[in-house]
Amino acid sequence: MTIRIEVDPTACKAHGLCAELLPELIELDDWGYPVIADADVPRRLRPLARQAVSACPTLALRRRAAASAAVSQPRAQGSRAFRD
Amino acid sequence: MAVVKTYWYLTRSSGAVALILLTVSVVIGIALIGRVRSERRPRFAVDGIHRASSLLAVVFLVIHIATAVLDSFAPISLLDAVIPFAGTYRPVWLGLGAAAFDLLLAVAITSALRERLGHRAWRAVHWLAYGVWPLAIVHGLGTGSDVHQEWMIAIYIACAAAFAIAILVRVAIGWPDRARLRIAVVGVFAAFAVGLAIWLPGGPFGANWAKRAGTPPSLLPHTVSRPSVS
Amino acid sequence: MGERLLQGVGVEPMTLESHLRVHGPLPAATPEVLASEIERAGLRGRGGGGFPLARKLAAVKRARGRPTVIVNGCEGEPLSAKDGLLLGLLAHLVIDGALCLARVIGSSEILIAVDELNIRAGEAALQALEQRPKLDDGRISAQVVWTPTGYVGGQETAIVRWCEDGIAKPRFGAPRVTERGIGRRPTLVANAETVAHVALIARHGGRWFRQAGTDADPGTALITVGGAVAQPGIYEIEHGLGLSALLTWAGGCSEPPRAFLLGGYGGAWVDAADVDAVRLSPGELARLRARLGPGIAFALPRSACPVAEVTRVAAWLAAESTGQCGPCVNGLAAIAGELRRVRDGVAAHSALAEILRWSGLAAGRGACAHPDGTASFVTSAVRTFSEELIDHAQHGPCDACEWPSMLPIIKRAQLAVA
Repeated sequence: MTIRIEVDPTACKAHGLCAELLPELIELDDWGYPVIADADVPRRLRPLARQAVSACPTLALRRRAAASAAVSQPRAQGSRAFRD
Repeated sequence: MAVVKTYWYLTRSSGAVALILLTVSVVIGIALIGRVRSERRPRFAVDGIHRASSLLAVVFLVIHIATAVLDSFAPISLLDAVIPFAGTYRPVWLGLGAAAFDLLLAVAITSALRERLGHRAWRAVHWLAYGVWPLAIVHGLGTGSDVHQEWMIAIYIACAAAFAIAILVRVAIGWPDRARLRIAVVGVFAAFAVGLAIWLPGGPFGANWAKRAGTPPSLLPHTVSRPSVS
Repeated sequence: MGERLLQGVGVEPMTLESHLRVHGPLPAATPEVLASEIERAGLRGRGGGGFPLARKLAAVKRARGRPTVIVNGCEGEPLSAKDGLLLGLLAHLVIDGALCLARVIGSSEILIAVDELNIRAGEAALQALEQRPKLDDGRISAQVVWTPTGYVGGQETAIVRWCEDGIAKPRFGAPRVTERGIGRRPTLVANAETVAHVALIARHGGRWFRQAGTDADPGTALITVGGAVAQPGIYEIEHGLGLSALLTWAGGCSEPPRAFLLGGYGGAWVDAADVDAVRLSPGELARLRARLGPGIAFALPRSACPVAEVTRVAAWLAAESTGQCGPCVNGLAAIAGELRRVRDGVAAHSALAEILRWSGLAAGRGACAHPDGTASFVTSAVRTFSEELIDHAQHGPCDACEWPSMLPIIKRAQLAVA
């Protein structure tokens, strides 16, 4: 089982604590919002990932258990794929 | 006799330390609202100090309450620690401390369960933190036996100054968003400060405060029929 | 191929009698048969998302709770007019389809969402409903819901949120509306045209539906053709039709074209020189880094200034952000600002590179696909109009910048926000 982190863009207010704690996976864009690497969280970084999720002042950062890497979820955030 | 004194000293000192820690936590919490970022002091570390100082404040408060209850001088029961204004020893001033502790417990518990509660519920309760500090200060001034000591006065002034500066700086930088709210915040705390200034000289620093505060008569130093205990 | 959706369409709303005469009665098929025909048809959403309807139906059926059907007629895309036409003139077809979908998922409630400014469409839908007071012998109720005007307001989660608490903004995250939508119950949101196709599939079957179009993109689609063509309007095409053929059908270009905008403001530009390579189906267009979107083909003539047009629309798209997500609000504003500076000749050398970088930053990082659409619109514009953009960056506005714009935007009155 793999872990991924994602951010709820409606909750994120660019506090930036996540990027401080997890620079290996999170960078901040021009306006301070996180750009999260499209990759699974390696084992050694999982405690830091947990800390980043807990440290987020608005609880915008979330952990998500994904199925194995081979069967990747469609990159549909929220209901984006259903834009019917 | 020595054991009794220990509890007495512990409760006073732990109360003072708790106040200092609470001030540190509130000031840092206010500082965190801004988006200031520095390489040497990453925000997650500052946030960590906020959480740690709050937790330590709770720990010292538990010591403060436990030793106050255990101390045989003043009739303070465990219930008095969480139910405000129901005790026999200086009920009003002690009660304010109980109220402050209740609020702090609510803040601490919701913070521990933050990820489960969700951001909105946590935030709504967290606002109560602003109420804890003023209640704690007045509780200390009303019940504290060290009120006249220079070191205690110095602590009070230092904490009050830190708190006031933190609030003023935040409001000056532009929080809360709406101007009317900013004025309200400054107004409320200014009123509090003025209230304190008016109350202190005639209150804790006035004559016979122990009696007026509600100390049971049997514990007052100048009661005619009993030998002095304190 | 004869017309399907547009068969028998006139200038007045089709009455119930004409509708039944043209299309025949709606068969009383079982929900299972209907569902399997829809799956066999391979019908995908016609609102721009292109999601397979059968999969959505399965998701709603799997979920627990009394489901609701929402027919999405909001059509926030200014260049699109097909949903307005369907509701305005062919409402009975849409109602038939909604009935079928309600039967398939076991719903007793149909909501038809219409933009509050599209009064004609909404009133026509209401009148059509009045002509059919007992849907499914009174088991199913249907009503029209007016939604606030907005480019993003027609997004699936935004409609649900509008119905629930009056905020027409998208929501991020699980669970999807198919699981928890209106009243925390499963909700099926389907574009008005998709729903209309269901009405015909119910009558003629899934295999019939596949007789038109391509294997990958079966069926027909309504395309709003606009801009410099002799006969702008709404055309029903088979997926896979060449753009040249469609233009010929629309009377040809009224002026020499510079480029075509496919898919609307969330779509992409295609150079007029490449017109013969363009086949109108989502799959084919994806190969050209373009999209069909909600069925839009707009011809920009050589006489217009592409830089001015794109700049104006980009500014509007930035303003249409609901303001919930940092990358969208900031990214689109930065892009719009830089485009303005390019048009006015005061941009830095790195302007186009920055615009492309910001587009890449904005795409995929919002709660909805709005920033993705704008990114596609802008990057394809930079690719297609690089000559004009560089010219403006060096020399400032051209004469054509002053002329009336061709691409429409909807100016909303600025409401004071408390």
